[in-house]
Amino acid sequence: MWPLIALAVILAVDGFISPGFFHVRVVEGRLFGNVIDILYRAMPTALVALGMAIVIGTKGIDLSVGSVIAIVGAVITWRIHAGDPHFVILLIALGVGILCGLWNGFLVAVLDIQPIIATLILMVSGRGIGLMINLLYGGTNPSFTSPLLQGLSVGHIGLIPTRLILGAAIFGALWLLIRRTALGLFLESVGGNSAAADLAGINARLIKFAAYLICALCAAWAGVVLAADTHTSDPVSVGLYIELDAILAVVIGGGSLAGGRIYLGMTVLGALVIQALTTSILTSGLPPEYNLVVKAVVVIIVLLLQSENLRNALYARLGGRKR
Amino acid sequence: MNAKYLPLLATIVVFSALFITGGILYNNFFSTLVLGDILADNAFIIIAAIGTTFVILSGGIDLSIGSMIGFVGVVMANLDVVGWHPLASAGMMLCFGLAFGALQGLIIDFCEIQPFIVTLAGLFLLRGSCFMINLDSVPIRHPFVASFAEASIPLPGGGFLASSAIVMLIALAAAIVMAHFTRFGANIYAIGGDRVSAALMGVPMRRTTVSIYALGGFYSALGGVIYALYTSSGYPLAGTGNELSAIASVVLGGTVLTGGVGMVAGTLFGGMILGLIATLINFNGSLNGAWIMISGGVLLFLFIVMQRSLLSSFRLRGVG
Repeated sequence: MWPLIALAVILAVDGFISPGFFHVRVVEGRLFGNVIDILYRAMPTALVALGMAIVIGTKGIDLSVGSVIAIVGAVITWRIHAGDPHFVILLIALGVGILCGLWNGFLVAVLDIQPIIATLILMVSGRGIGLMINLLYGGTNPSFTSPLLQGLSVGHIGLIPTRLILGAAIFGALWLLIRRTALGLFLESVGGNSAAADLAGINARLIKFAAYLICALCAAWAGVVLAADTHTSDPVSVGLYIELDAILAVVIGGGSLAGGRIYLGMTVLGALVIQALTTSILTSGLPPEYNLVVKAVVVIIVLLLQSENLRNALYARLGGRKR
Repeated sequence: MNAKYLPLLATIVVFSALFITGGILYNNFFSTLVLGDILADNAFIIIAAIGTTFVILSGGIDLSIGSMIGFVGVVMANLDVVGWHPLASAGMMLCFGLAFGALQGLIIDFCEIQPFIVTLAGLFLLRGSCFMINLDSVPIRHPFVASFAEASIPLPGGGFLASSAIVMLIALAAAIVMAHFTRFGANIYAIGGDRVSAALMGVPMRRTTVSIYALGGFYSALGGVIYALYTSSGYPLAGTGNELSAIASVVLGGTVLTGGVGMVAGTLFGGMILGLIATLINFNGSLNGAWIMISGGVLLFLFIVMQRSLLSSFRLRGVG
């Protein structure tokens, strides 16, 4: 409920401040407007957040998604310079995601390392790996052109941006996977109580592996979109702090870091809340420097509202009945 | 020997091995000059990491460190412009760090929100406040800053112990006393070991949690003060990503992230190892910054695997 209310409030304030906020028109054969812009820009974060929601559902966390994005961008640029067919490069990019996911899964599920630290390893070194790949063929921030990749990222099918169509397709696939197969139940039971799930006959290791694999794949696709967006490999700054935004999106969507629950739809709403905030700050005429502070304040308010202890204390203070 | 000293010992062994490797590879590496430089360059991060050690020992985490370092510098630089003495603004910022940390601790304990999320909001809030104050680097021109930077104790062998390193060592000594010789310290280990048992045994949970995060805020503010004095400027992007270096220092220092196991002194060596790697790469000259990140990751991995095997051998013998 809370993310929906938050999003509604933000959008209502937007509509109040700038009357043309919801105006959507067709420019050069594609939809254009603030609302579309929010969806468009939120897509990579929302995608990463979906993977994050699944990992968090297993009581884990994946800090390395930003690094996965950096490595994917570097590998794509490298292979394009090497002259590989672009369709093959897409498969290579997803392969990089699978490798990263296997690495994280190996650390968490096999070596039994605490997820925050296990994924910190790739987070710390991943951007360095991206820089090394760039240096393989010289150039600090090499750029590239690829009609296929740019078509998938900034292009549009009919009126709708392609990345939104693909994003919706990935969301649909994940939803089917989580809600229409037993995998979702297994993931949540491993997050709820790993030992109990193991005793109930669920292979907890395998399930955790799957979670980190899905998360890294989502991050890899976000990496494809972001690399095609900027036409360059910039491992130092691409997707910087995206892991934090993704985790925030999950938490705003009602997911608990204690695991056991996966809310895919709410997570997407959480990502939209974050992007809507950013977009509204930009359109409202506030200096962009205020972005982080406003974001922090809204996040704190949403979190405090979700805290039962605080709500009870407020009820008691206001003379209401204590639940 | 007590098994709890093993991770600390391993950290010191790795540090010595790296230092000796540098001494064999490069002329003039094996000197107090290099050692003093590593201490001075990394003092601010080690100070912040000492505060984080308390937080991590209690099973929590603090992501707001890097932003705190940047924020403290920006405020001190702007107060310098309007004529404040650096010591006065430093004192004020230390109080601010204490209060900010305490507030984070209170929200974590009272609202039962995960430390990761609360301190993440703290990260955004402080970094955002930096940007709101100003976007450029502001120099701190007060003569005190220059005299602070020049003050040092000569070491045998031509090296110097810079004033920032001295502050760091004092902060470390205070932290060791707090962690290992006070009831507060024992309470931290108890909470980190097992929250529920600690609460049942009568550890004051709220007071201890608030104090732990207040201490973390104080130490990262102190790190920020040292950084501002050391660079004699305030820059809104200063300290970006330092929370990760601080956490890595703590882990390399032998403290286990699940809490309850570790030594404050280890953090000094953990931070020195990171500084030593950067120095080695600088001495080499042909390697670049990418190697610092990759070797940091590799070292983290090796240490964590080593800690896991050490810890599991404790459990088998029923010690840990």
